[in-house]
Amino acid sequence: MSLDLFQPFIGVESVPVKNEVEKGAIKKFADAIGDANPLYRDEEYAKASRYGRIIAPPTFSRTFDYGEIPGLRFNREGLIHGEQHFEYRQPIGAGDVLYCSTKLADAYLKEGKLGQMTFLVYEQKGVNESGETVFIARSTVIYRGKGGRS
Amino acid sequence: MSSKRMQVGDEIGPLVKPAVSNTQLVMYSGASGDYNPIHTVEEFAQQAGLGGVIVHGMLTMAFVGQLLTDTIGNDGDLLTFGARFTGMVRPGDVITCAGRVIEAGVDGEKQVVTCEVWASTQKGDQVVIGQAKYTMPVA
Repeated sequence: MSLDLFQPFIGVESVPVKNEVEKGAIKKFADAIGDANPLYRDEEYAKASRYGRIIAPPTFSRTFDYGEIPGLRFNREGLIHGEQHFEYRQPIGAGDVLYCSTKLADAYLKEGKLGQMTFLVYEQKGVNESGETVFIARSTVIYRGKGGRS
Repeated sequence: MSSKRMQVGDEIGPLVKPAVSNTQLVMYSGASGDYNPIHTVEEFAQQAGLGGVIVHGMLTMAFVGQLLTDTIGNDGDLLTFGARFTGMVRPGDVITCAGRVIEAGVDGEKQVVTCEVWASTQKGDQVVIGQAKYTMPVA
């Protein structure tokens, strides 16, 4: 995977995609991670909490659709996740509507145990209907193997 | 819900999760929308040079997220949560999540706590190393 493939896209952002946060999706996610917290599944319990509604676990925002960076197309199979960072400004809850977008923040090569690797850094965010940023996420994904193939 | 006053050096957890099953990997793929076949298709993962399927890093990070939300309770807020994926997790592995407070202060009615967090396998290999910052009511 050549760095030249990615460099022109650094700083390019996707068109924000509307995501409706569904309680069923939150429950399914909580089931998959094996977290029995009633805040994720019990409407009565959640309503009585200070959130007033079912809320999502800390890593749930990974399930959102962030759209595609225009023109950036490549095979994502085999990509390895290197790092993930979240900044939470507001809780994410069932019924919320979030506009989510992604941009390629950086792309670089690094020599590792398994040879040359390509690192891609994405910045993602979710903005609510009032225009407030609800969360910001930063992901580093890695292509292992030889560079130079595009 | 009562919360104690956190001090630097205080330990968080541990949270021991049940062994990761192949079914859980399929469930997580579906729930997260991450269908990368390295997590579910043995043959693909072998061909990719991974020596078999590996658990989604984000699933392991979600376990650490549960450690944090269990610790914080309903009256605090997680502010930041970051992780580096430092090792591979395989189906059958038992993940233990734990942490340690590295900064603790008070801001009005709230404690502001920064901690390091990590996840390791039953073999003792650290697979996630991270940091989180959260608030809790002042005890």
